[in-house]
Amino acid sequence: MKNAILRLSALLLAVLLLAGIPQAYAADGYNDAYTYTYDFWEDMRSSPDAYRPRMVITGADMGLTVDMKNPQSLFVRGSDVYIVDTGNNRILQVRLEGESCTLVREISSFTGDTAPLTLNAPEDVYVAEDGTLYIADTGNNRVVRLDKDLNWVVSFIKPTDPTYDQSKSFMPSKLVADVSGRVFCLATNINMGVMKYEANGVFTGFIGAAPVKYTALDIIWRMISTKEQRAQQASLVATEYDNIAIDANGFFYVVTQTFDENELMSGSAEPLRRLNSLGSNILIENGTFPPVGDVQWAAGNLNITRSGPSLFVDVTVLDNDVYIALDEKHNRLFGYDKQGNMLWAFGGVGYAAGYFNKPAAIEHMGYDLLVLDSIGCSLTVMTPTEYGTLIYQAIEEYNNGMYTESANTWHEVLTRNGNYDLAYIGIGRAELQSGNYAEACEYFKMARDGDNYSEAFRYYRSELVEENIGWIFAVVAVILVGPMVVGRIRKIKWEVDNA
Amino acid sequence: MSILSNLTDRRVWAKYLKSLKYATYCMFHPFDGFWDLTHEKRGSMAAAHTIVIAVLITRLLSLEHTSFLFSNVYWPEVNILQQCLSVLLPLVIFVLGNWGMTTLFEGKGTLANVYMATCYALAPFVILQLPMIVLSNWITMDEASFYTVLNTVSLVWAGGLIVCAMMQIHDYGLGKTLLFILISLFAMAVIVFLMLLFFTLVGDGVGYFTSIYKEITFRLY
Repeated sequence: MKNAILRLSALLLAVLLLAGIPQAYAADGYNDAYTYTYDFWEDMRSSPDAYRPRMVITGADMGLTVDMKNPQSLFVRGSDVYIVDTGNNRILQVRLEGESCTLVREISSFTGDTAPLTLNAPEDVYVAEDGTLYIADTGNNRVVRLDKDLNWVVSFIKPTDPTYDQSKSFMPSKLVADVSGRVFCLATNINMGVMKYEANGVFTGFIGAAPVKYTALDIIWRMISTKEQRAQQASLVATEYDNIAIDANGFFYVVTQTFDENELMSGSAEPLRRLNSLGSNILIENGTFPPVGDVQWAAGNLNITRSGPSLFVDVTVLDNDVYIALDEKHNRLFGYDKQGNMLWAFGGVGYAAGYFNKPAAIEHMGYDLLVLDSIGCSLTVMTPTEYGTLIYQAIEEYNNGMYTESANTWHEVLTRNGNYDLAYIGIGRAELQSGNYAEACEYFKMARDGDNYSEAFRYYRSELVEENIGWIFAVVAVILVGPMVVGRIRKIKWEVDNA
Repeated sequence: MSILSNLTDRRVWAKYLKSLKYATYCMFHPFDGFWDLTHEKRGSMAAAHTIVIAVLITRLLSLEHTSFLFSNVYWPEVNILQQCLSVLLPLVIFVLGNWGMTTLFEGKGTLANVYMATCYALAPFVILQLPMIVLSNWITMDEASFYTVLNTVSLVWAGGLIVCAMMQIHDYGLGKTLLFILISLFAMAVIVFLMLLFFTLVGDGVGYFTSIYKEITFRLY
């Protein structure tokens, strides 16, 4: 059934594409790009697809009697996918193996010495290696830890600590846990950072609070405003994080949708952050643009259907340190390597496979990406294409110090996408490592990578100077001595003429 | 006929080259240099034109050949005519504005004098920017400050020379010169405004008659 639907939609898509080609490509060659990158000039460049949807799983495919309703979050452990079906107060554990998906269990209640023993509008789940479940039971104002047989172990509840504003109810929305069972949770309307609980349920404080940004103008305004006015100014508060993910090294990736649009391109808005335990943002931003999603977001620009910058709703970190952010404004996915270079972007608003209605969560299973659509109530599984796999391969080879192999893979990528700046930089770095400075300069120049170019050029220049030192001295000598000789000859000639 | 004979006359060429070389004297001895430029007739219009053309060539060469570390040119949007006009129009408008204002306030310079002196004052721009194009291709980001310092020097030097030139041409003091450079800038704004007004009005006028023509042709057929 599912295959039939897929085939039919593929056929329809093909027909639509064929019919649409003349109009679609008439105005602008890049209009219909599903996958794209940005070049140095902030222009969208269509690229081969890095990912293609492999299957779209709906409630019917899982054999659910009651379809999903407003699912909010996703978690992957092994080959099991945990879908937080918020509207139905349950969590679905689905096993994905190849093309088949089977419902393992529905988690809506548990046993133990606490009350209530049911979930109420849960918003997130985290599953440890041993199967321990951490559920953000938002409607019941608690986070519960259950063992793998659904026996209640401990609840993480509203802190009585004075650092927590007691007038606000505790609505845990997103959470992760570390290997020792500590819980890091984000709660609605709490902007003091990530709430940290010890494994026994004791709240131990906030970490990673986003620093409050003052501008000079803010300070002047606050100086001249009265106490009453100051009380009404609520603008100087820290930003609230909207989602949290944990990478293999135990660092948190957080996203926020609270930022100043004008600060995005300068890199000071930081909608996506990687936090260390002190709460500083240690995300590397060496790309041409900061990792903010779309670089062009004005209305009527290229294939932008909704105006406004990307709003990240979730992020996932692959094992090769590539992180993928999910944008719920334009329903796109943005992949970045650990240096902050954009690898690709794709997605869009729509009903076809690979397009989303309201994406709510993203997770990865190996290199596959799983995107949960909260309105479409479906789970899209996307698999990297040959092109996408080559990019990952090149990145991994470089990270493992296999520079020559990496360069060869980047050459492969270039045959598929000549606009891929990262491949030029990758080849340039490999040439630099192997001491081919002139070639490295060429490649860095093509990608307009000034910093790397400067480094390669410094070596190239000293090489040139060393090789041609004789000529350089000769030229300098001629320039210095030449005029003296000419002057002397003229003087002698003048003396001879006037003798 | 006279132009042709001039072109083949060695003395004319020698005089031209001497007047062109005089630009370097002006660079290092601005007060002497610009006084003698017009009063002792040591400058020539031909040399002034040459310097302006050299400025244009420098601009275009630097557009093409400056290292991408210092200038990133989006070629699809480059228009050579526009690049040239972005130098020529401000120059012409400044000369006109300055002459127009100073003539009313005891400025001694004629329009030709003002033009010639301004052009000669642009010499350091050419002399520094041309080698900078080569230099930019031989330095790295770490040495970028050399480039930026030279860039600033070339502009400040040319600016300073313009001030000196105006002082000597019009026989003004420093304060009065600076004041009149400000006034010239104001005059430039007025000229630009009038030009815009003029072209808009002409456009509207043309539009009026074309629409009448279109209306009539629609009625007739």
